[in-house]
Amino acid sequence: MDEARISRRALSPRLWLAGGWLLLALLAAIFAPLIAPQDPLAQDLMLERLPPFWLDGAEPGYWLGTDSLGRDLLSRLIFGGRIAFIVAFAAAISACFIGSALGLIAGYFGGWADRIISRIVDVWMAFPPVLFAILLVAVLGTGLSSVILAIAIIDWTRFCRVIRAEAMSQARMDYVESARIAGYGRIGIMLREVLPNVLPSVVALLSLEMGIAVIVEAILSFVNLSISTDDPTWGSIIAEGRLSIHQAWWVLVFPLITLILTVLSFSQFGEALKARFDPVLR
Amino acid sequence: MSANLEPCLDIRGLSAVLPNGQRVLRSVSLSVQPGEVRALVGESGAGKTMIGKAVLGVLPKSVRIVEGEMLIEGEDLGRLDAKARRNLIGARTALIPQDPLTALNPSRRIGGQMTDRLVRILGWSGERAGQRIRQLLDEVQIRDPERVLKSYPHELSGGMRQRVLIAAAFAAEPRLIVADEPTTALDVTVQKQILRLIAQLQRDHGTAILFVTHDLGVVAKISQKVSVLYAGKVVEEAETAQLFAAPQHAYTRALIAATPRYTDPYASLKPVDESVLAGLTAEIVTADKDWRPGHG
Amino acid sequence: MAEPLFSVRGLKVALPDMTRKPLIGRAPLAEILKGLDFDLPKGSVTGIVGESGSGKSTLGRALVRLLEPSAGSIGFEGRDISRLSEGELRPLRRDLQMIFQDPMSSLNPRHTIFNIIAAPLRQNGLGDRLKERVAEALQRVGLPQNFASRYRHELSGGQRQRVGIARALALSPKFVLADEIVSGLDVSTQAQILTLLEKLAAEMGLTVAFISHDLSVIRRLCQQVIVMREGRIVEASATDALFDNPQETYTRDLLAAIPLPEIDPDWLRPKAPA
Repeated sequence: MDEARISRRALSPRLWLAGGWLLLALLAAIFAPLIAPQDPLAQDLMLERLPPFWLDGAEPGYWLGTDSLGRDLLSRLIFGGRIAFIVAFAAAISACFIGSALGLIAGYFGGWADRIISRIVDVWMAFPPVLFAILLVAVLGTGLSSVILAIAIIDWTRFCRVIRAEAMSQARMDYVESARIAGYGRIGIMLREVLPNVLPSVVALLSLEMGIAVIVEAILSFVNLSISTDDPTWGSIIAEGRLSIHQAWWVLVFPLITLILTVLSFSQFGEALKARFDPVLR
Repeated sequence: MSANLEPCLDIRGLSAVLPNGQRVLRSVSLSVQPGEVRALVGESGAGKTMIGKAVLGVLPKSVRIVEGEMLIEGEDLGRLDAKARRNLIGARTALIPQDPLTALNPSRRIGGQMTDRLVRILGWSGERAGQRIRQLLDEVQIRDPERVLKSYPHELSGGMRQRVLIAAAFAAEPRLIVADEPTTALDVTVQKQILRLIAQLQRDHGTAILFVTHDLGVVAKISQKVSVLYAGKVVEEAETAQLFAAPQHAYTRALIAATPRYTDPYASLKPVDESVLAGLTAEIVTADKDWRPGHG
Repeated sequence: MAEPLFSVRGLKVALPDMTRKPLIGRAPLAEILKGLDFDLPKGSVTGIVGESGSGKSTLGRALVRLLEPSAGSIGFEGRDISRLSEGELRPLRRDLQMIFQDPMSSLNPRHTIFNIIAAPLRQNGLGDRLKERVAEALQRVGLPQNFASRYRHELSGGQRQRVGIARALALSPKFVLADEIVSGLDVSTQAQILTLLEKLAAEMGLTVAFISHDLSVIRRLCQQVIVMREGRIVEASATDALFDNPQETYTRDLLAAIPLPEIDPDWLRPKAPA
């Protein structure tokens, strides 16, 4: 028990750092119109490629500089966060719901349910995910809901595989038999005995998946297959930044840093949450 | 003590702590004379396995020895550098593990795993090692050694695997064998065969054994001397016959009375009196309060 | 002899043999129990002993119908329960309870002790006065009341097994299956748990099937013994008769293999050829 307490405390910085960044980014996205110093769409060719604030030639009010059309980079990043978070939450939660439910059923019930679900997962995993996403969006048409739907359709297998394996090992536990002895039915046992024990993994995966959704959305934006090009997204900013890398490196570097920090924070936050909510099992 | 009879293993005042300062071994002293079997008996958490690991130099990283000495045939392990210590332990000791399945690599044949130690540590030729192993397999009464040598661990029964490990332990003619609960995972009838084999080989080879077990029944049958452990402390040490005839410590008496005996159902299986454990705990708490490493 | 609570005839159980499962398709069935006949008298404690592979645990699981037999009948109070569906079994669950071998794995780490003991009560129409009933169950097994709010990792091995007993007895069942309930415990704890079960079985008039590999423990606790080997009954009789005058060689071998905590220099000597 002592050991567990120590490890819990040791995990805290990870939880707070990752959680802190996510909270900051989320609040900025929610209150974007209040926080963003400039209109993210306002072009001003007089102000094109302004450097960030610590370099010569910076303008006050344009903290991270501007892009080749004179749009404020910080404001675009803040507004881009809106789309990143909407996609992250909506897509990850959908994928999580479909995948976890199927994984739980396959793992706990086994038999033909498991055989069918596992075969579908196998087939699904054989598709290269990014190409699959591009294909789906091409079919569904661009737009926010298509992106969300595409990510959910592709990534539910991630949940399904992990939760299935965990549910299978849970199903072998004596407390599952004990619940049968107590008179519980199969569904009752699944919800009462199995689900609470796989929940920490679901939470960790959900957080990880949010990060992955942010990346996938960025990739789709990068190849111009996400939502309309007017609204700034991190992926589209990166795509534009790539074109002016020699004249204005910051247009590429800042959105990349934002993206990496966010994705990393999502995965670390999930792991830390899982460790924190795991009771001492040994 | 006569000077010409140097103990095979001599542990003097050994204490070990966890990172949080908690003591797991409390000034343990015990010795094993050449050719004798000393049992180390205690319940879970008593530190009996820890002592075995300390002797073999395989303590977990979190456990730190803070005082005491360990001598193997008069050589103080503490005075040797890491490499010399490993060589000494490798040449003079061997282990019979508790779980024969996890002690064997599942993806390698038995033969290679058995000769490995002889070839790598003792520098024997492959041929000599192979001959030696066949000889030992015969001693542990394995009828078709060639088939066993070619088998993978999962193809053998539990009793068979334990025989293989016993043969491997004796093959290098170690002076001392640490047997860590070697029959706990086995059925009683197999346990009896295995104990018989260990006793037979021990006598034939004159090897000393430190026999770690939780079972007083096994202690009575296999050992000549015994140390009873509680919470990392030796509470009683005696000749085995003496211990069962006239146990001195209240805890030993309680343990013997708690062990079931079908020959005497109502005199055995007596729950250990709480006051005995409370007394022991109080003793340990007092001792720990005054204890400083090196002055204990 | 008292009227039997269980009357088992020709019981066979076959389970999929995973070691012989082909790459594609189902594992072939292996017969674990090969036709057993026996009675469990009401209010008695019966020891079921055997080595690994004897089928003793499978037998226990068939009795409480965690498994469905492939042949034969299991008469419980005169009614054959061997073919009942999960739904039909539910009203009987109240009377068929079980204590598990590993108290760690049999207690869900995410539920409090209160919820663990309350589960069978809730599920069997005894959800009223839940607090009182759980308190009673805790008291019965000698655990303090404040344990109700704890989790399994906060308990010692012996305390966990007490919770297992409390849960099984909370419904005042007619039958309890105790499957190797002390094999993971230290001797000092083992003695406490066994004397507790002994006392409760007598007080509550329970019929108990006590599965164990340890004949010493069985002699103390049980009125009759069933010795099993490789899915068959080798010998079954009243405890004293079995220990004082074992009929079968296998039973004698089992007894002779037990290392008693007594000095016996001959014990390890190889048997002289007869």
